[in-house]
Amino acid sequence: MRLRLIPKETSIDFFTKWRLWLGFSAFLIVLGFVSFMVQGLNFGIDFRGGTTIRTEATISVDTGTYRDALAPLDLGDISITEVFDPAFDEDQHVAMIRIQAQDGGEAISGEQISEIQSALNAVVPDIKFVSVESVGPKVSGELIQTAVLAVVLAIGAVLIYIWLRFEWQFALGAVAALVHDVILTIGVFSALQIKFDLAIIAALLTIVGYSLNDTVVVFDRVRENLRRYKQKPLADVLNISINETLSRTLMTSVTTLLALIALFVLGGDVIRGFVFAMIWGVVVGTYSSVFVASTILLRCGVTRDWSKKNKPTGNQFADIDA
Amino acid sequence: MLQIDLWKRVTIWLVCVIGLMLALPNAFYTRVEQANDAVAELVTKGETQERLEIAGQWPGFLPSGLVNLGLDLRGGAHLLAEVEVEDVYAARMTALWPEVRNVLRAERATVGTFRRQQGPDSELRVRLSNPDGMSRALQVVRELATPVVTLTGAGANDIEVSASGDVITIQLSDAEKLASDDRTVRQALEIVRRRIDEVGTREPTIQRQGADRILIQVPGIGSASELKAIIGTTAQLTFNPVVGRGSDENAVPGVGNKVIPSLDEEGVYYTVESAPVVTGEELVDAQPAFDQNGRPAVNFRFNPAGARKFGDYTAENIGSPFAIVLDDEVVSAPTIQSHIPGGSGIITGNFTIEESTNLAVLLRAGALPAELTFLEERTIGPELGQDSIDAGKVATIIAFAGVLVFMALSYGLFGLFANVALIINIGLIFGALSLIGGTLTLPGIAGIVLTVGMAVDANVLIFERIREEIKAGRGPAKAIDEGYSKALSAILDANVTTFITAVILFVMGSGPVRGFAITLGLGILTSVFTAIFVTRLLVVMWFERRRPKEIEV
Repeated sequence: MRLRLIPKETSIDFFTKWRLWLGFSAFLIVLGFVSFMVQGLNFGIDFRGGTTIRTEATISVDTGTYRDALAPLDLGDISITEVFDPAFDEDQHVAMIRIQAQDGGEAISGEQISEIQSALNAVVPDIKFVSVESVGPKVSGELIQTAVLAVVLAIGAVLIYIWLRFEWQFALGAVAALVHDVILTIGVFSALQIKFDLAIIAALLTIVGYSLNDTVVVFDRVRENLRRYKQKPLADVLNISINETLSRTLMTSVTTLLALIALFVLGGDVIRGFVFAMIWGVVVGTYSSVFVASTILLRCGVTRDWSKKNKPTGNQFADIDA
Repeated sequence: MLQIDLWKRVTIWLVCVIGLMLALPNAFYTRVEQANDAVAELVTKGETQERLEIAGQWPGFLPSGLVNLGLDLRGGAHLLAEVEVEDVYAARMTALWPEVRNVLRAERATVGTFRRQQGPDSELRVRLSNPDGMSRALQVVRELATPVVTLTGAGANDIEVSASGDVITIQLSDAEKLASDDRTVRQALEIVRRRIDEVGTREPTIQRQGADRILIQVPGIGSASELKAIIGTTAQLTFNPVVGRGSDENAVPGVGNKVIPSLDEEGVYYTVESAPVVTGEELVDAQPAFDQNGRPAVNFRFNPAGARKFGDYTAENIGSPFAIVLDDEVVSAPTIQSHIPGGSGIITGNFTIEESTNLAVLLRAGALPAELTFLEERTIGPELGQDSIDAGKVATIIAFAGVLVFMALSYGLFGLFANVALIINIGLIFGALSLIGGTLTLPGIAGIVLTVGMAVDANVLIFERIREEIKAGRGPAKAIDEGYSKALSAILDANVTTFITAVILFVMGSGPVRGFAITLGLGILTSVFTAIFVTRLLVVMWFERRRPKEIEV
């Protein structure tokens, strides 16, 4: 007896409601965009400079006390949040203190750090400073540039690779799906105001890789089926291909999600945002390879059976761009 | 059809065994680490019974390479420093002034009297009283130039000399500035390395980044401030002639001179000549010592060139004071009692023993050629790292177990084959990481967990394909064979694209992100290997033995 996520044979038509799916995606993108314009991203210090201090104490965190202790130091904008994690001991209370970049300097000075530490020590005697990270405005500006460049480069490289291996319509579909995934991920980070730092860029790029992985598997099958069913309309070929690979698509998503969820729950709070991005990316990536990449491919049409040069019959979409 | 040559089988198993052997030390991390340290100490510090014992904890014939733990897992300090390369331009101009003065003096008949003018630090401006002698003056000053050796700037000189009215302006040429920047950063890098080595911490990472930056990562150190104290001090030692002594901070020093405070005596300021007689670069040794009154001091010795300069100067200036200047503060300003020919001396001041020891270390390691500005600093406490390791371990094991169970339920016997391959896969990742000396970071652990999830993808592709072939009515052997060969193109395309993103991450990223790119990239390589070679070999071996009439995948 085998565990099966879906019936042995499926023949779901993925394109009858294509307007609905693309509309749904467009709606989410707009939503993400609005959130991005209105509240922006909750950039970590990697991208906007400043200092974060992670503290640990045995008595519970009272952000008011911390704030009052730091107020006389005149450090500008300070945010203090308590961190919760199931893995913490009962008397382990963790807080993250974020301090804006200080004027006239790059990284925060050692004196300022020791002032902050002694101020907090005065109100919470057993406080420990488990990590102190400080990034100057110069570097943070460059890190943003590098990050954007990395994402653009990755998408560009992939565009070229798929173009070489398939046809340009495939590349367009794949990249549309990628951009869709990246935008939605940035959108969800903006909507939920989760800290957006360098690690999230790594997650974004992994999503690019993963989403592509999925799309390419479907496209590979489409290419094969285009040769096999020379007379079938493109929509049918796409449907057959997606149905044939559906079992694999879901299996891989489920195993990946299994692993990621384990990490999300048990991996500690330091990488939770990172893992969240990946989980979101796997879900969105799986969805987009079926509903975005394939739909775009269908809309663009493909040059069929390029060896013989004769136009396929019954393909109403083939003339749009080909 | 379902045949794999013997040599291929042997190679596949060999790769697996070697990979797992390389990964093995990581399973006994602390023990191997201690043994490795002891072995290193046996070489450097000699044999002791204890060291031999610890070194024996891990047999020498086994591989002993370990995966490096990143700062976020081990704890430590990370600094990104920018070298203020322009500091050097000013120092060069100051050093050039005496030479310019000498050549112009020789031409006094044509150029008349001359004075150094105030100007930007990176320029040297000299005003002549007789502008008619300008062309001669330019000529002699230009003779001071030396060609710069660069790949592109052939024929370029190190200084640019220009005239406007009665003022000569000397500055470094662009080619020389480039060359000088490069030298400065290299020198700073070397000195940072020496200083950190003197303190003797384990496996520091000290690399140049970009044109003028240095990345420093030291595991196990308490805080970034501590690290900054070691490397951030310039420790620029110079010996300058003293012009005067007073209590006015804003005294007019006169051109070519500067007013600097005393290190110990509050409110005392010295006016000294900017161009030093000898600098700390000409020191060969510095040791903490005590002066005749038993107070901590530092003994130093010059190299022959420095000793000669120092000797000549002291011979000519008996009775006048000179200043020992450390980072623009006068440590002491003794009067020269006699000619000091030997090139050695002692620096006394109100030092504690610790201060004198540190000063000796800094002097010995050499002065930083320019100041460092810290752009980024991170301190990660060891507890946080340990928590992350523990959490990562638990998560990886659970993720692993979940995937194993899921695969077995979904694909039965074939799922078990995939599981064996998955276990080997993890081993291979660690083996490869140990082999290339890669660094495992927290996102790197996430990369491994992601690989666990994705590694089965290749197998899933193959198994699904075999299912389809069986459905299409093929016999077992044919179905398996077709399944592998037809799934191959999808596997390659899918993994190449992911690998591209891993490469981009590696190139563009730094620190933890790079760690993630490494495990992701290695994970892709090993998972493709295990899927298309290892599981296939397992399936074929099983098939040869059983010869089943029909198979269920």
